[in-house]
Amino acid sequence: MHASAQQAPSETDSTPAPGAVSLAGVSKTFGDFTAVEALDLDVKPGEFLSMLGPSGSGKTTVLRMIAGFENVTSGSIHLSGVDVTQVPPHARQVNTVFQDYALFPHFTIAENVGYGLRVAGVSRAERATQVGVALEQVRLSAVADRLPHQLSGGQRQRIALARALILRPQVLLLDEPLGALDKQLREEMQIELKQIQREVGITFIFVTHDQEEALTLSDRVAVFNNGRVEQVGTAREVYEFPATEFVAKFLGLSNLIPAELSADGVQSSVRPERVRLLTADTAASAGTVSLLGTVSETVYTGPTTRFLVDTESGVRVIAERANDHHPSAESAFGRGDRVRVEWTTDHASQIG
Amino acid sequence: MLRLSLGAKFTLGTIVAIALAFMYIPLFLVVINSFSAARLSSWPIAEFSTIWWEKAFVSEPIRAALLNSVIVGLGATVIALILGTLVAFALQRYTFFGKQTVNLLVVLPIALPGIVTGVALNNTYNQVLEPIGIEVGYFGMIIAHGTFCIVMVFNNVLARLRRINPSIEEASRDLGATPLQTFRLVTFPQFRSAFVAGAILAFALSFDEVVVTIFTAPPGVDTLPLWIMNQMARPNEASLVNVVATVVILASFIPVWVSQRLARGADERE
Repeated sequence: MHASAQQAPSETDSTPAPGAVSLAGVSKTFGDFTAVEALDLDVKPGEFLSMLGPSGSGKTTVLRMIAGFENVTSGSIHLSGVDVTQVPPHARQVNTVFQDYALFPHFTIAENVGYGLRVAGVSRAERATQVGVALEQVRLSAVADRLPHQLSGGQRQRIALARALILRPQVLLLDEPLGALDKQLREEMQIELKQIQREVGITFIFVTHDQEEALTLSDRVAVFNNGRVEQVGTAREVYEFPATEFVAKFLGLSNLIPAELSADGVQSSVRPERVRLLTADTAASAGTVSLLGTVSETVYTGPTTRFLVDTESGVRVIAERANDHHPSAESAFGRGDRVRVEWTTDHASQIG
Repeated sequence: MLRLSLGAKFTLGTIVAIALAFMYIPLFLVVINSFSAARLSSWPIAEFSTIWWEKAFVSEPIRAALLNSVIVGLGATVIALILGTLVAFALQRYTFFGKQTVNLLVVLPIALPGIVTGVALNNTYNQVLEPIGIEVGYFGMIIAHGTFCIVMVFNNVLARLRRINPSIEEASRDLGATPLQTFRLVTFPQFRSAFVAGAILAFALSFDEVVVTIFTAPPGVDTLPLWIMNQMARPNEASLVNVVATVVILASFIPVWVSQRLARGADERE
């Protein structure tokens, strides 16, 4: 992968694009425990890539290996085309936003933001200018002289971001940076992160266990499970067309349809909102999988209503309908109603 | 919080008052007596005077003893700072075979009776090192004090290291700081007050140590506590002893007070 990039120089000519991250056959074991197993992952320059997975799936370990905090057990890591597998963290052109922000408690906010410039030997005056600009970017100039513990969670988060970005890294690593914020603030910060990423145009690698966050923010999502990547793709790809049962289940609700009921004789997954709910006397349409059943439960979720349908084939299918204006969905069918559920075969994703 | 009845509060308060009185009134008497004009300590004091302070100030043996106490205290403190901090880092940062044993061995000297430490070191110095031509002398006394001073630094620094958020060191390295810069700018400031508090306690511990000193001081060398002990045999100098004792009391109180304030200051900042 990396080798081929060098052999076939693209529009960037001989210099590999800054901000590309390439992991080849990367494994990490802690004693008997394999945290990451033979991982291949290529991140394009300027891409917003999320590493999504449950805790213990290896995503944070991968991030820490890219940052240089953990040695790889085997395999190699390239940053912007340069092999950095053995390079210590302080010499890598990446910066990290930590889950707990990791601000220096004994330094003021301005000193925190200017730390990277200070250790690089940038003059005091130049530092002050750049720190001023960086603080303005995150709209926190007013707190420059405070200490980290005097700031709110959201403010600390933005300072951690400013501190990492001031060094203009080629790649920014973010380790569940929004995990400690409450829901409303988290959603605001998601938008802000996306805007900042667009402005600075550098590669963001974002670790999260929140599937909605990953889908909202990312150009591509890598779904992790048990130290392996189950699937990499755009938000749409991994959501609509999960390649494995794990991906189907981890990214929201999913109906797993056994092979004998699927159109092409392979187990498949269908999202509840792709399932149409019809009266039992409706005829099955062509190009669909169509099943008869009984509504066993209805669940009102606010924007939608979910119908749990026990089909005659023995599979329980969840159908979700938007609660949009006229004849509202929640009143259309009730418990015990005979219904037909069907979905277009295009909307079913084969699961390996 | 625990709620107490008025009677219980009163009883507890009285017990505390009595306990404190037992501890501090004798010390207070020593301080007051040092300002007595009488040659022998007596109560009540007939006449106040600073004559014994003046005599103590120009006394050559007292000056020599004070100097010895300061040199030994500082020497032991330096040893304790270096070794105590290194051991604290080793135990907090690394996993190795015998880790718990090392922890125990470092802390043990503080619990060991001074007389055992004293006899053991005395035997080693006189019966092992001297025959093979190594004369430890004054330095032997400093090392002897170092053995129990290390614990003060070790305990303080270790407790603080455990509370440092490990990710701030990673953040420092991530932002381009070398390991040395990280230690200087991030790690050390995090445990600096514990380091200073440990140093002060170590010094205070060494300054009033008697038992180990008796066994390890070279012939003719007195520290302040040793000088006091020797004077007790000559009661006509009792008032001079009160002066020196007052100095030792102050030299012990101030460091403990400062180190407590340092420890508290660090807690409040978190």
